[in-house]
Amino acid sequence: MEATELRTFAIDNHLFRCIQCGKCAASCPMGFKTILNPRKLVYQALVAGEFDPKAHQELWDCTTCFTCSIRCPKEVDPGNMVIQLRSLLVQDGRIPGTLTTALKSIFERGNPLVMPARDRGAWVGDLDVKHLDDGADVFYFVCCTTSYDMRAQKVAQALVKLFNVAGVDFGILGEAERCCGSEVRRLGEQGEDSLFESLVEEWGEEMADYSYQRMVTTSPHCYDVFKHHYPMNGREVLHYTQYLAQLIQDGKLQFTNKIERRVTYHDPCYLGKQNGVYDEPRAVLKALPGLKLVEMDRSREKSLCCEGGGGRVWVEDPNPEKKLAAWRIDEALGVGAEVIATACPFCMQMLEDAVRTAGAQDKIKVLDVAELAAEAL
Amino acid sequence: MARNPKIGVYICHCGINISNTVDVAAVRDYVATLPGVAVARDYTYMCSDPGQGLIVEDIGAHDLDRVVVSACSPRMHELTFRNAIVGAGLNPYCLDIANIREQCSWVHKDRDEGTAKAKALVASAVARAALLEPLETREVGVIKSGLVVGGGVAGVQAALDMARAGFPVTVVEMADHLGGRAMDLSHTYPLMERADDLLGQIVGALEIHPRATILLNSRLVDVSGYVGNFEATVQTHDNGTVTDHKLRAGAIVIATGFDPFDARLKPEYGYGQYPEVMTALEFEALVSPNGPTGGRVVVNGREPQQVVFIQCVGSRDRSVGNPYCSRVCCMYTAKQAHLVQQSLPQAQVTVLYMDVRAHGKGFEEYYDLVRETGINYRRGNPAEVLRRGDRLVVRAEDTFAGEFVDLEADLVVLATGMVPRAETAEVAHLLKLSQSADGFLLEAHPKLRPVETASDGIFLAGCVQGPKDITDTIAQAKAAAISAMIPFARGMVKVESATCLVDEDLCAGCGMCEEICPYGALRLDTHLGKMRANVVLCKGCGACSATCPSDAITLQHFTPRQVMAQVDVLLSV
Repeated sequence: MEATELRTFAIDNHLFRCIQCGKCAASCPMGFKTILNPRKLVYQALVAGEFDPKAHQELWDCTTCFTCSIRCPKEVDPGNMVIQLRSLLVQDGRIPGTLTTALKSIFERGNPLVMPARDRGAWVGDLDVKHLDDGADVFYFVCCTTSYDMRAQKVAQALVKLFNVAGVDFGILGEAERCCGSEVRRLGEQGEDSLFESLVEEWGEEMADYSYQRMVTTSPHCYDVFKHHYPMNGREVLHYTQYLAQLIQDGKLQFTNKIERRVTYHDPCYLGKQNGVYDEPRAVLKALPGLKLVEMDRSREKSLCCEGGGGRVWVEDPNPEKKLAAWRIDEALGVGAEVIATACPFCMQMLEDAVRTAGAQDKIKVLDVAELAAEAL
Repeated sequence: MARNPKIGVYICHCGINISNTVDVAAVRDYVATLPGVAVARDYTYMCSDPGQGLIVEDIGAHDLDRVVVSACSPRMHELTFRNAIVGAGLNPYCLDIANIREQCSWVHKDRDEGTAKAKALVASAVARAALLEPLETREVGVIKSGLVVGGGVAGVQAALDMARAGFPVTVVEMADHLGGRAMDLSHTYPLMERADDLLGQIVGALEIHPRATILLNSRLVDVSGYVGNFEATVQTHDNGTVTDHKLRAGAIVIATGFDPFDARLKPEYGYGQYPEVMTALEFEALVSPNGPTGGRVVVNGREPQQVVFIQCVGSRDRSVGNPYCSRVCCMYTAKQAHLVQQSLPQAQVTVLYMDVRAHGKGFEEYYDLVRETGINYRRGNPAEVLRRGDRLVVRAEDTFAGEFVDLEADLVVLATGMVPRAETAEVAHLLKLSQSADGFLLEAHPKLRPVETASDGIFLAGCVQGPKDITDTIAQAKAAAISAMIPFARGMVKVESATCLVDEDLCAGCGMCEEICPYGALRLDTHLGKMRANVVLCKGCGACSATCPSDAITLQHFTPRQVMAQVDVLLSV
């Protein structure tokens, strides 16, 4: 960006509000492993006179946890600035190769995993699940990772079990479900004529035609993007932990099977920090008989990012020696947890990788809140 | 109404506040062509002495009988210009203000559109001005005694000054003692005097003053009346029994203070999670010579070796809705760091800050002195406080070094700022006062009327108006006391003349206006079946006039003819 363009960029992104206090940089979970420093990026954009995003490959290191923006005392929103800068790189076609594959796959197949659309509903197997064609109270939005990843599929299967026990009238779209575009947006493919824009327009319109009262999602990322960036025509969007907590409160879900395990809960950034959903997942866990919930030092607003958001699951790790998820597992072991529970398919992937790398499979298990709840039925 | 009004119109540039968006010369030339306008001028600052001089001169030279000032909001300067035209022999109600700043230049970007709107606003004010009528100025007597709500430093000082000046004063305090939050402090900066000694002097003087009545465990629950003649109900709680007192006062000083910011709203600092993290007020109690350890700094049973102070907790922080600076934390943090250094010379003391504001008399010098005792000031707003083993770690970016630091600490002190007291909205409602955007009570003008409120006879002192230290609180309390006593000295006060007027021929005595009047100014004369207005109570809000089904009540200065003339112009341009 040249001087004039840069100045406009800085004004539009409220960068002149910045007082260089360093809250963002110190809060950035990636700061300890990469050169990403939101404070310095803002400062350069303000005073350097020109700014070449190509010279800042660390922009791809951001996990879009948004801790920087949430804590900024001056409402600068450095997280969004990173995404705006990514957008400039995307417009220039300068994106890491693996991301190109993921984005192309979303465009062509409706998922980033280069999987055939027809297999999207295969996880259902012989479970009792109806299609949303005939309408339902709940539209269960499954998510790409949950649909195709064999480990993550178990979460969807557990949820179906829970919904059926609670007598929930729900339906899925199966083959017709497409990627929500949350990470597409956070990678910078947003704004006019972008892939995300077209997803909202086409996919959003298609979904609006179905008959349902509320959408329940597996992933906090789908939850976040539907809740804030799609026209939902007044329909409620819930993360499944919110919905389960409601079912429990209404007496529709009861648990009899004892879970005699020490469990800690890892807050996903898109659910906790970004949407303030801290209590519901804990309420579900506390409702499970025998389960002992222990908190890690870094919980709730201080939760440590797993490194899986913002498209990070699809790109190379700039510093694979240091893993946030590995820290997290250490912390969970430190509080004597036998299970680290979470409620996000990305967190689950990152945490399971860390458990395997640490060779700690016999000490700690990564389970989804839904899996624990289904086990307690 | 003047049949052939001679109107002078004065258009203000307000520096560049108006002239940047409004072509002031074009507005002036346009207005000069309007019927009734004898002279139209523009000037850089109409509210300045030369600006007002222009108006006064023209009133004489052109024999003007109506004046329109086109400038900022009437809330800012209506009184200024009224006084100016009164000085030139006009009735104060022969003035209209067209607000082309807040309602035009500040909210528009396009110069052509801004200019067009300014023309319309001024033209409509001219149309109304032509129909304005002089109103009689009224005065009433005053009760020469004061009521002070809040018995902290501000309230005590204000009450003491009124009592010493010779007027009876009543202080209403919620707690069971006077002195407020300042009594909980250990020492005061920059002279390091004991807070309880210092404040004990004024508290003691008030307690023994024969003209002071002190009501502890008490709250103001109701107020009626107006400047010079307030009637208040105060509720006193005493061992489960509640007593209501009625008292009368000519002026009220509100000094209800502040609440400390709730540090749990910054969860990243672990307040409530770690016992080694405390707020500045808790630290004051810890180091107070009257405290549990006799002033020794002890945490978890031992003397801390590494102490970290975090500044701006809940201040200058839009993420918690407090964009303002609390004005005391920089200096009290310096003081507290100083106390730690004195008490524990071996301890390593670090202050994490965003900016240090040492703006008061002797403050920068004190800040210099404190640093030289060996205290590290490091610039960085820390991200979070974490547990590492049996110690805490404060994670920050040292923004000068551009490096991340994990500062070990066995004591973390949060420099929590000031927020409006939880009851501020209630107080505002009770006394019909406004709150500024920050939630503190709003003064009548930030510069010219800093202790007055929009309600005559009600004054502000201390932190209820905004964060301030003891020095500024005392100064403001003295100012509030003096202002409150102005009517006591005169013995009379002016009351609003733009009040309602009941046409008894039209009034059917239905009583709807009596129900809607928020000031209790309308009472039905049951013998005549007609409504009677107490124009001293009436504030001129116009609710009665809008409610009356038979158009029997007119609000003077805002008559239907005047208002409709204004609307007609706005609709025709």
